[in-house]
Amino acid sequence: MFNYLEYVREGNFPHIWCSGCGDGIVLKALIRAMEASGMSRDEAVMVSGIGCSSRTPGYVDINTLHTTHGRAIPFATGVKHANPALKVIVVTGDGDATAIGGNHFIHAARRNIDLTVLLYNNYIYGMTGGQCSPTTPIGSKASTAKFGNIEPTFNISGLAIAAGASFVARADVYNTKQCEKMIGLALEKKGFSLVEILTPCPTAFGRRNKMASPVKLMEWLRDNTVSGAKWEKLSEEDREGKIRTGILIDLDKPEYTEEYKKLTEKLRTV
Amino acid sequence: MGKDNFPNVRMMQGNQACAEGALAAGCRFFAGYPITPSSEIAEHLSTALPMVGGKFIQMEDEIAAMGATIGASLTGLKSLTATSGPGFSLKQENIGYACMAEVPCVIINVMRGGPSTGMPTLPAQMDVQQARWGTHGDHSIIVLVAATAQDAYGQTIRAFNLAEKYMTPVILLLDEIVGHTTEKVVIPDPSTIELVDRKKPEVTPEEYRPYAETEDCIPILANFGTGYKYNVTGLCHNETGFPINDNSMIEKLILRLTKKIVSNCDDIIMNRTLELDDAEIGIFAYGSVARSAQSAVTRCRAEGIKVGLLEPTVLWPFPKNEVLEMAKKVKAIVVPEMNLGQMAREVELAARCEAVVHKLGRVDGNPIVPDQIVKMVKEVV
Repeated sequence: MFNYLEYVREGNFPHIWCSGCGDGIVLKALIRAMEASGMSRDEAVMVSGIGCSSRTPGYVDINTLHTTHGRAIPFATGVKHANPALKVIVVTGDGDATAIGGNHFIHAARRNIDLTVLLYNNYIYGMTGGQCSPTTPIGSKASTAKFGNIEPTFNISGLAIAAGASFVARADVYNTKQCEKMIGLALEKKGFSLVEILTPCPTAFGRRNKMASPVKLMEWLRDNTVSGAKWEKLSEEDREGKIRTGILIDLDKPEYTEEYKKLTEKLRTV
Repeated sequence: MGKDNFPNVRMMQGNQACAEGALAAGCRFFAGYPITPSSEIAEHLSTALPMVGGKFIQMEDEIAAMGATIGASLTGLKSLTATSGPGFSLKQENIGYACMAEVPCVIINVMRGGPSTGMPTLPAQMDVQQARWGTHGDHSIIVLVAATAQDAYGQTIRAFNLAEKYMTPVILLLDEIVGHTTEKVVIPDPSTIELVDRKKPEVTPEEYRPYAETEDCIPILANFGTGYKYNVTGLCHNETGFPINDNSMIEKLILRLTKKIVSNCDDIIMNRTLELDDAEIGIFAYGSVARSAQSAVTRCRAEGIKVGLLEPTVLWPFPKNEVLEMAKKVKAIVVPEMNLGQMAREVELAARCEAVVHKLGRVDGNPIVPDQIVKMVKEVV
């Protein structure tokens, strides 16, 4: 039997997430992936920004750093660069990482610094009350888009790939085993790794978009996500409107802190 | 005399002296973003830090640079960032984070004029209030200022020491004249430099509470990765570092953050004085302007005018007792500065009507020269 209590700060429960929120499922997948990776909890640091997802570190018993809105990645960069022996996990949301933190997100991927970024994509600003985010689908309603959103959305995983990330995967909280597996692979990967995790927000997104029932949202994830192997077999027509999950890219590239170490050693032996 | 007689004397730009001072203080992390007139600090440390096993990183923007500086400090490295006016504005949110989470770090701001992008290559002292109140919320802060390259070296060391001692961000202000003037710097023997390191927890990880009440109001933050697993947040938090909503606990936290600085003013505030004892006219000047003021004092004295100078090397906490003391002795105080009276206002408040305060502001990108101060003193007399 898996002992979750070893990993959580029991005193901080019950958590603050709404009923039907998927963030708790990610928390569970993350804890299981951490355990499977065999990492030392003393050497792990979790950094988050602001938002629902960013409250995750409060529940995990490791070094945790809850920072300012959009800035988790820079703080994490400082931690990792200062002490590359630490395993640094960033927990962030779609608004946090790709709106206010968009610049940091693309540059960390370009720099290819060894961070594992778990980006909970719930298509909305949940904690602030349901405003539009860079991933709110066109036509969806939000508290700042009462007549339906007219802005095109970011393909977050595609953005990370284009910017130079080593490892990019997409997962969702309906397919929990796959989610856990993708997080595990990201933790193992040396370099900038991203797992974009689709997670429902019944309160701030669903309620405004005729999907107030958490079950409906989970069913939507089930019916609209297709994992890598199945995706390959789909025709162009069948892929329409579906979201591909699984590993999207996995490359070996020079990692920032290792390159810095090499440079330092070279300089100091001259 | 040969060079060997002065092995520790070097010609150095103020910005370079900051970088060298940082290394002497034990700084081993720098994150920054290029901006004139501060960039030489980053350039110098980009080559010097790897040579001593330290870390340099050029971030994608000023906000990121401040965030990385805080992250690195939490792993235990003495961390620095340097910037100028607009960059300093961008850093403010995360400076507030460092105040709230009590993370020691040093921010050097080589001031340029503003508002906005203002005057990149001309001197100004327009950020003295931004340094105090730039970040949102009620908070304490320590702000030092340097007048010479020698000062830039020493004040950078002092900034790190105060940051580590009080677990707080410390800001060091230079103006462009100090940052870019190359002049003599005497490098002290490293063994004579007093260094302060933050306290380390003496309890077990199980007993450890990072923000537990201490006699001196200063928390003990364990370095990440040393077995003490704790939470750091910019939200109001309890002694374990977790967010709180309890009103009385919030108040206690904010009051403690202020108290740890304010109750140690005697330790933090430092001033230099010149001919102040029998002065009838006092001058309050800082940064490069203080050098013009020194010259003005000498010239006035030669003409028989009794003038003295109070030169703060710490701007915040403001040396209000020293200003009041001066105000009681003199008839008038002249405050020359490269802004429209940002510190003159503070001097006026502190003087409590004991002396008349005369502003001498300049905002055209030119330095304040001794002649101007002498002229003003004569008008006042």
